[in-house]
Amino acid sequence: MKAALGAYLTGLIFSVGLAISGMTQPKKVLAFLDVLGDWDPSLMFVMVGAIGVYSIAYRLVLKKEKPILEDKLQIPEPKKVDRPLIIGAALFGIGWGLAGFCPGPALTSLGTLQATPLIFAVGLFGGMFLFKGLRDRKVI
Amino acid sequence: MISALIGGAIIGLASGLLWLLNGRILGVSGIIGGILNWIPRDILWRVFFLAGLLSGGALMYRLKPENFEMLPMPSWAILLAGLLVGFGTRLSNGCTSGHGVCGISRLSMRSIVATLVFMAMGALTVGVVRHLLGGL
Repeated sequence: MKAALGAYLTGLIFSVGLAISGMTQPKKVLAFLDVLGDWDPSLMFVMVGAIGVYSIAYRLVLKKEKPILEDKLQIPEPKKVDRPLIIGAALFGIGWGLAGFCPGPALTSLGTLQATPLIFAVGLFGGMFLFKGLRDRKVI
Repeated sequence: MISALIGGAIIGLASGLLWLLNGRILGVSGIIGGILNWIPRDILWRVFFLAGLLSGGALMYRLKPENFEMLPMPSWAILLAGLLVGFGTRLSNGCTSGHGVCGISRLSMRSIVATLVFMAMGALTVGVVRHLLGGL
């Protein structure tokens, strides 16, 4: 239960950061991706801020024996660059460029109960469900 | 620009907090996609994380509604975009948070490649839609 509360608190802070950063405004996101047109690079600073803080935080915590609420740090095992990674990232990029939503900002915006994030979330969970179905049947 | 930097720093802070508290990488698509696996011991924290996102969105919508301004867009395009994002992020094991923020910070080669690919495809898609098709 404690770990769930930690996750809740984290999700809350994360979504506040997203809302402040401009990532919950599809218009801004699409302007950031419009490098071939009237490019607005301001969202690049979201990456700068986030990576700046996390790259330090990640390494500080790595020195600890274990996290505060769970038994161990779940360090991702290094894997090779493979075809699913490239194809998946490409499909994600197309969807991102279509609507200007990636998962975090979309689910944060879902909290506003507006129609756009609701429709997007139906697609998002549908896509994840489709993936699970195909993976379970070992198609992909 | 300042708000982007501050918002980004808060995003980094939240990611560091999940790592410090739960020992987990903050990747939204992975955390949420894992709910569908329906593993009893592994589902509660994921649902609570989603609840945190929704509450933060509801809270910020009250304080700064202009930060949630939506674009007029046909429903089929929004639905298709959601499908592509949902399927693609699960196939590549990460999205803007897991690959773009956490992975790059950890200097993971997979995450660096994934981020370059989804950014390039995002830019290409916007280019095609806006400048070739003249909008949706």
